[in-house]
Amino acid sequence: MKRITAIVRAEKLEVLKDALFAIDVRGMTIVQVQGCGNQHGWKEYVRGTEVLLNTIPKVQFDLVVADAQVDRVIEAICAAARTGEVGDGKIFVAPVEEVVRIRTGERGVEAV
Amino acid sequence: MFDSGSVAFMLVCTMLVFLMTPGLAFFYGGLARRKNVVNTMLMCFGIIGIVGVLWIVAGWSLAYGGDGSYSFLGGFDQLLALPTVAQLQAELANPPADAAYPSVVDIAFQMAFAMITSAIVTGSLAGRVRFSFMALFMGIWVLVVYAPLAHMVWGGEGSLIGDVIGALDFAGGDVVHISSGVTGLILCVIAGGRRGYGVMSYRPHNVPFVALGAGLLWFGWFGFNGGSAFAADGIAALAVLNTVTASAAGLLSWMAVECLLTGKPTLVGASTGLVAGLVAITPGAGFVEPWAALVMGAIVSPVCYFAISHLKSRFGYDDALDAFGCHGIGGILGGVLTGIFCVPELSWTEHGGLLYTGDVALLIDQVVGIVVTLAIVIVLDLVIAAVVRAILGGKVRVDESDEALGLDVSEHGESAYPAFSGLD
Repeated sequence: MKRITAIVRAEKLEVLKDALFAIDVRGMTIVQVQGCGNQHGWKEYVRGTEVLLNTIPKVQFDLVVADAQVDRVIEAICAAARTGEVGDGKIFVAPVEEVVRIRTGERGVEAV
Repeated sequence: MFDSGSVAFMLVCTMLVFLMTPGLAFFYGGLARRKNVVNTMLMCFGIIGIVGVLWIVAGWSLAYGGDGSYSFLGGFDQLLALPTVAQLQAELANPPADAAYPSVVDIAFQMAFAMITSAIVTGSLAGRVRFSFMALFMGIWVLVVYAPLAHMVWGGEGSLIGDVIGALDFAGGDVVHISSGVTGLILCVIAGGRRGYGVMSYRPHNVPFVALGAGLLWFGWFGFNGGSAFAADGIAALAVLNTVTASAAGLLSWMAVECLLTGKPTLVGASTGLVAGLVAITPGAGFVEPWAALVMGAIVSPVCYFAISHLKSRFGYDDALDAFGCHGIGGILGGVLTGIFCVPELSWTEHGGLLYTGDVALLIDQVVGIVVTLAIVIVLDLVIAAVVRAILGGKVRVDESDEALGLDVSEHGESAYPAFSGLD
């Protein structure tokens, strides 16, 4: 099993959710995050005074899938979240040792 | 003769002016950082308590008591508003010919003015000043500065600024906006800037709060300017019309400046611009024609914008929420422009505006009135601040670590948004 963490543009939340549902990914955890990468933030003006925002709000998806699913999910995320501009985000993949469904006590891939 | 229309109108205006202070709490609260919003709003709400009590105890008497024999303040015969009921009974039994409503209405109406004026000052203190400093300073200030100043401008015959100098102030350019704005400037210099001022940038934590507060201020301002006609009459209607006209022009001209200089209009800018327009028209609301209100509103926003975006960083004072930039600057500009645009027939003195009469007399009176207001306020502020600083053992600001933590928790033990972690 792998954990896939995708940090994407905030405005891609709905699009990506629908794309993951479309390939039958059932479970996911979504959090609002702030961060920075190659994208340099932007300027806002408050009563004429410049305010630099160097961390940018993004949305982070966390999902755990069977090893065989990883490439399909990554393709779906890239297709849904890509605009081609700097700031599209990143995907991190990491191994997951164990998964337990609390209600039934099932373990491993069954529990995902 | 009492006129029930005017009694009803003035009571409603009193309530409208009262609403401005909670409205200002939202205006300032939205502009503050999320860790300081409780402190910022509580300064306004605290003022309502402090000024409400002190106004009855002595403020009303110092401002409007006495027989008019002092130029600088009212008198001491109305302390605790003791004669109120006896006066009311006397007035009802034998209504005075020149009054449209019983004098008890004025006690409440003017109390609401004292509240909003004191609350405006707190905008410059946000984010680093001890609540006790604010409370002590403003408590003394409302009795020692505001009440005498109200007498000097509106005390009728013999009063220093309104009569001896002959400056016009329809609803509170000198008394409310210049006095509070300049006091804000002095206190922010005394307190020093917020930690990291000029290094890091601050931005409003809740822009819709700012717009909500601006809306409440706006609505209340109709009572503020309209009620300053002291009767439900045509002058009140003119003041209300000029109020909405100037604020609309101020809102638009602020957005226009933003579009020119930064490319995009903002909601904080529109809210600030409409308030600047309200401030500018306040001294002239019942004296000028609607087209002049348009001009006053249109001019004030660029001037305040420049003061806030350039003067502040140029001179390095941290007027956190722009009490001086908005109210001090806007009030001075409005007072000067009243000397130009005042319709002679509407003037309270024998002088009319420069534009109509070609005579600079009123303009000079306006400028002298503003300069005298500034001098009185600055001197008294410095004295009061020194006294309060001594009482508090020199501690005007919170500790550096408390400032970093935020004044909501360090001064009040209360968080505005505890649901952030979902653990409450």
